[in-house]
Formats: sequence, structure tokens, C-alpha cells
Amino acid sequence: MASVAKEWREIPGRYNLQGTKCENCGKIYFPSRSFCPKCRRDSIGKMTPVKLDRKGFVYTFSVVHEAPDCNNRQKPYAVVMVKTSDDILLSGQLVDVEPENIEIGMPVRAVLRKLDADGPAGIIHYGFKFVPDY
Amino acid sequence: MRDVAIIGVGATKFGELWNKSFRSLGIEAGMKAIEDANLSGDEIDGLFIGNMSAGRFINQQHVDALIADYSGMVTNHIPATRVEAGGASGGVAFREAVMAVASGIHNTVMVGGAEKMTDLDDASINSVMDATADAEWEAGMGITLASNYAMIARRMIHDHIATREEIAAVSVNSHFHGALNPGAQFRKAVPIETVLKSGAVATPLGMFDCAPISDGAAAIILCPLEEAKKHTDSYVKVSAVAQASDTLALFQRDCITEFKATQAAAARAYEMAGITARDINVAEIHDDYTVAGIMAMQDLGIYKTGEAGKAFLNEETHFDAGNVAVNTSGGLKARGYPIGAAGVAQIVELTEQLRNSAEVRQVKDAKYGLAQSAGGNGSAVTVSILEVI
Repeated sequence: MASVAKEWREIPGRYNLQGTKCENCGKIYFPSRSFCPKCRRDSIGKMTPVKLDRKGFVYTFSVVHEAPDCNNRQKPYAVVMVKTSDDILLSGQLVDVEPENIEIGMPVRAVLRKLDADGPAGIIHYGFKFVPDY
Repeated sequence: MRDVAIIGVGATKFGELWNKSFRSLGIEAGMKAIEDANLSGDEIDGLFIGNMSAGRFINQQHVDALIADYSGMVTNHIPATRVEAGGASGGVAFREAVMAVASGIHNTVMVGGAEKMTDLDDASINSVMDATADAEWEAGMGITLASNYAMIARRMIHDHIATREEIAAVSVNSHFHGALNPGAQFRKAVPIETVLKSGAVATPLGMFDCAPISDGAAAIILCPLEEAKKHTDSYVKVSAVAQASDTLALFQRDCITEFKATQAAAARAYEMAGITARDINVAEIHDDYTVAGIMAMQDLGIYKTGEAGKAFLNEETHFDAGNVAVNTSGGLKARGYPIGAAGVAQIVELTEQLRNSAEVRQVKDAKYGLAQSAGGNGSAVTVSILEVI
């Protein structure tokens, strides 16, 4: 069972899609990085928080039928890689759509949803999932 | 740096081995390798073990000490080192051992790879596998390792790099060879329809696109090339051991239909061996998911992008087809995938092929063998090249 701190410190990324932008080269990273892997030393002190655009389109997807216990009650569920309007690739679940209606290129947006729970008395994990954006 | 030779190999059967424990598997493989190398065991001065997750599979950490102890190596108090790199654990352990002998720090070394998976329930095993992806930003969001490969496959089909049938043909090729390997978990050839109709794991991939849950171990004995003849007449040269890394999470890459780590490791390996992809005769590649087999053959430069799938579908990859023979052991899919053992077992198979002891699946006149071992979604990749000498 995860500690509260483990959940709490990731809130900016998980809830608000906050990443970092390298002000040296302009590249956006998600999740946050403390320096830019391309600019390295030149990026130190120049990484600023940035919220990703919540809108994008499905780059690729899969419908998961076999998964560990933590996701079992939701099976089958869809997962997607989404290319956001900032040209960032993100992975997450796609909900509120029938699996047979998912296709590459469909517009989606990120929303805050419950991801999982550590049993009846444990932490409830929240984070972003994607929904169709018609 | 000294040249290094493989003077002995051994492996257990792979499969659901209910009557065998982690330690008994490790010992069985090690003893076979020592016997094969004509050693007493006293010559061995170092031990490297590829093991991904004994801590979670059998609740045992510190397997370096366990293997050293039960293989009788602690009487000489030789150093034992456990290596973990996800699915590439065995490949990285092999490389560490080769470097240790090449450097002169060690002389005669055993490399072991072992995993005991079936003591744990299936759902928990899946969760261990998924932890080789990014636990925070992939597994924690519901992304499974299989679904990442499935998303690669979907994109590959969309971009016309391979068809669904070509991807399935990787499994057919591995099963074809598994039927010829007495040590394989699945000794049955399957038609492509079986793969295409198998139950969904993560669409478009089904159960027959995924390597199984397995127990097993493999072992190799290394020594300096110039000393190999003292022990045996049937040894092979290690011509290259290369390794490369990539982002932990798949979604952080510019391109998901190729593994840059395989490309980088392959380029270094060909340079070390002084050869090109065209010189390879037999290859053992990390087909934990069928689509990974397509990527491997393209990223290794053996086939151009868009051509590997056709080669599998046209059976050009068979041991007797006269091209590059692929996964003559049955690969991870049919030989089995005891994770830490997989990368070591690839080297065992190549050694058998290069010294002409692969029996009914023997590749004719093979001079160079290549092994590619990958962790997670290609986040750690080793490429090793063996050579007949």
C-alpha cells in the first residue's frame, strides 16, 4: 500500500498535467524533469513549469483484457497514447467510449478521474484519463 | 583487453516446473555448464547472475549469495553479483561477465540466469512484468507492458510497417523451432490462425503473441580465448558485447515503432566484431511480444523497415531456409521466458549452433551468431555477437 506522500507529491502532474519546459531549447517534457536531456548544463535553472494542453488526438490505442488486480474490476478497458496540441505524447486510459468506436486520429481531452484505490481503507488514486472530445 | 571464449553451456528445460525450486534450477544449469566445460568448479573465480525479480516472485532478495552458496562456490569465497535490467537481466549479466574476463580482473567466470515465476499467482506476475515499464506514469495509469507493445503493433499496422498477419508470423516461427527443441516449454508448431484467433490480451495482440510465464535457468562458462583450448576443443569466441539505454516510459520517445537502444547497441556490436548485419547467420531475438520480433530484426539492420514481417511470414527465418535463422531455440515465445534466464539461454543456443551441436535444428555453416536481449519497452538492450574460431 502506497504512502500518502507518494501520492501527494505527484499531484501537479497527475491532476493538472503539469510538466516542464526548457527555456533554452523550448522543448516540453512530461512528467517534469529537473534538466533538459538535450541541453543538459545549459538548461539548469531554465526549466519552468508548464501545463500541457488537455486536448489532443489518439496516436495509438489498445483494449486491455488481461491486467493485474489493481485494474481488474474495470476489464476490459482502453488505453491510448495521445498526441496533445503541444505535440507531446501521453499515455493513459480512454473512457466514456465503446472500444469498437475508438480509432487513431479521434479527438480526445484529458479529465480528472479516479484511477484506483488501495482497498477499502487505503488511498484513492486520482489522475488524468482521456474522454472523446466531440 | 583480452579476447574471451565460451567453453561450456547448460540449461534446464523451460516451463511450468512445479517440482523445481529457484535454487534447484540454478544448480542444475550451472552443473551442466561446468560439466560441459570439463571443469571441476575450483577454476571459477567469479559468478554473475541475471535475475529480474526473485524478490517479488519467490520473496527472496540477495540471490547472489543464494546461488553462490548452493552451487558450492562459497567454499572458495568467490565474488557473486546479481544483475537486474528487466527483461534484459540475462543479457546484461553476460556482458558484465565478459567484461570482467576481458579486463583481466577475472579469469574463469560463470554466468547464470534464473527465474522462478510460477510460485506466484498470474495477476501478481503481470504486475511484476508491468513494473519494468514506468511504474509511476505507465503502470500506475493502467498501462500494462503488453498494452504498450499492443499500441506499438497498432501503430505499426497503421503506418504499413507490418500487417497483423506478419506480426503473428513471429509466433509461428518461434513455435516451429520450439517443436524441434527438447528443452522448450511449447513443443508444438502452430498455424497462423491459432495466433490470430487466440484470446485477446491487449488488442490487437492475443495470448499467442505473448511469451509465457516460465521457470528455468541457463548457465555459461567464460575464460580468456587463449586458455580455452586447455579445457575443451569446442569453444566459441565472444566477438562483441554491446549495450544501450532509452527512456523508461515508451510515450517519451519520438518514435514508438523502433527501438533506438537496439539500433545503438547493434551499431556498437557490429563495430566491435568488425562485421556488418549481413554477416550474421543465426539470431536469437527478444520476442517477449511478437511485435518486438519485427522491431528487433529491423533495428538490428538485418531487414529494412517493412521487410521483417514478410520474412517471418514467408518462413525465410527458419533454421534451414538459408537466410538468417531466427530464434532456432523457439525464442521467448516457445522456448519459454523465465525472465532472468532468457538472455543467458540465447547465448546457450547460439553456442550450440556455432559448435554444431544443435541437432535437428542445426543451422548449416553458421559462423556468426547474434543475441538481442531487451528490458521493458526497449529501455535496456544488449546485443552480443559470437563467432566460430
